[in-house]
Amino acid sequence: MAIEVNGKVFETDEEGYLADITQWEPGVADIMSKEDDLTLTDEHWEIINFLREYYEEYQIAPAVRVLTKAVGKKMGKDKGTSKYLYALFPYGPGKQACRYAGLPKPTGCV
Amino acid sequence: MAKADFEVPELQEYTEVPKYVEGTMAHSSPYVAKPDHNTPLGFPGELVPDWHEKTLEAMGDLLGKYRSFQVYLDSCVKCGACTDKCHYYLGTSDPKNMPVARQDLLRKVYRRYFTFAGKYFPKLVGAADLTREVLDEWYSYFHQCSQCRRCSVFCPYGIDTAEISMAAREILDRIGYGQKYCNEIIAKVHKVGNNLGMPGPAIRDTLDGLEEDVLEETGVAVKYPLDVKGADILFVTPSADFFAEPHIDGLIGYGKVLHECGVSWTFSTKASEAGNFGMFIGSYENMRRVSMRIREAAIDLGVKRIVFGECGHAWRVAYAFLNTLAGPWDFLDPNYPVPQHICEFTWDAIQQGKLKFDKSANDDKVLTFHDSCNVARATRMGDKPGGQFEIPRNVIKAVCNNYVDMEADTIKERTFCCGGGGGLLTDDLMELRVKGIVPRMNALNNVVQEHGVTHMAAICAICKSQFTKVIPYYGFEMDQIVSVHQLVSNAILLTGQGESDDDSDEDDE
Repeated sequence: MAIEVNGKVFETDEEGYLADITQWEPGVADIMSKEDDLTLTDEHWEIINFLREYYEEYQIAPAVRVLTKAVGKKMGKDKGTSKYLYALFPYGPGKQACRYAGLPKPTGCV
Repeated sequence: MAKADFEVPELQEYTEVPKYVEGTMAHSSPYVAKPDHNTPLGFPGELVPDWHEKTLEAMGDLLGKYRSFQVYLDSCVKCGACTDKCHYYLGTSDPKNMPVARQDLLRKVYRRYFTFAGKYFPKLVGAADLTREVLDEWYSYFHQCSQCRRCSVFCPYGIDTAEISMAAREILDRIGYGQKYCNEIIAKVHKVGNNLGMPGPAIRDTLDGLEEDVLEETGVAVKYPLDVKGADILFVTPSADFFAEPHIDGLIGYGKVLHECGVSWTFSTKASEAGNFGMFIGSYENMRRVSMRIREAAIDLGVKRIVFGECGHAWRVAYAFLNTLAGPWDFLDPNYPVPQHICEFTWDAIQQGKLKFDKSANDDKVLTFHDSCNVARATRMGDKPGGQFEIPRNVIKAVCNNYVDMEADTIKERTFCCGGGGGLLTDDLMELRVKGIVPRMNALNNVVQEHGVTHMAAICAICKSQFTKVIPYYGFEMDQIVSVHQLVSNAILLTGQGESDDDSDEDDE
């Protein structure tokens, strides 16, 4: 499977995750979200950028609690909740937001 | 919640046994593992060209190794007692999800090649040739069994469908036809140490955040140690506890209990996974390799005890197999069970009066408890029969004022699977997970309607993830699922906590 962004082809796995995280560019998130009928706002991008920064440092997506805490600190305490994240990413912050950010899918009992 | 591209069943007052409809789930088949997932586990990268020969060879090998496997294949008399006991049959109406029919997928090939009657009179004894279609059917329907063993409770011969399903998956793995979800995870454990692939620094960062939060919330410096040499207790928990919700709220609770008891303890990077997916794929060798990490960590850190966190199948492997897989444990303190469950630990501490609670902290909830299959039907806790049912309930009742059990036919040894156990907790099996949850949802819905239950507690990472993801399909909220030690965490009064205000009630029992 693959997606096309501005004429450039990006390989994805069967679940739609980018095969090579280093290839990622913002256009990837735009195309993926369009396929889900979702329009990315600044609030979505805050999350996507945080995920990418965290992954760069730790080689794994942040725990949901780490993510909500970071969001709460940056965007106000009322937004530091799972509910807010699920409102932004209905398929789940871990799975949907990670996919847009080019991160691998979190595996395990999650 | 994502929208469903299949029909979500309606909840019923009682789970009715549906009339069977052939082939409703014949299309259900999880993603196949790739070479990257298979080879680190010692399996061929992809389906081998001589799969026919290799399949029979693998089946013959398992028949020789596991007496139980042959007994189960030989002893079924088609009495039908199991037919209405599987949550996947009740939720999907597919007759191949009746446990006897699931077993027969393997049994018909066994008869054809390994029994006298099947070799010479196959039609008379329901024997069938091994074909590619048969193989694909195995792949589909042995990934529609969560190995929960509810059917075996009702089988007069005690046939364990889980073991047959594990054998089928082991055979499939040996010919390079494994499942992506399980094998990718096991490969991560071998490489990084846990199912998530979460490296040590990420675990430490997460634990630092928790220490900060608990200090802020309680004013008490509760520590969440990692890789501390010389600690008394090695705490082994599913990596989902470091990552997901409500799992992490339970982990916060473990730390508070251990802190309040004044014991020295540590998590380990090397043994940062309690779960053992080697069991789900029936691979003794992978199960052993995963278990050996715990032994190595225990020796490296020089601990005296091992305690397991809230994880269903981990407790089965720990309780039933750990000594065989990774023993002997003669270097540990013989005064404590090897290993011990956190619920046992907490219940002991409660009985000894070491913990104080403000039960009113959970007064916004009416609780019920979901017995996880592997804990309920494959293990015990404490020193009395049924301890695995009573101890978690005792802990909940010690920290909550409002508790109601679900209907007797759906709890304890007759508990229904959450619908996502046994290596099926993957998005590519979402239809199966949404349908398989039906019997549990009906029982939950009843106590919600009749007794005002607001929350369901569980002691298994898979159950918690499956429920939080799937109950919204039925109109429930994901945060209605809680960890048992999350309830403990809410109610526990740590020494020195809120010293300035002394208005808390002394109402612990």
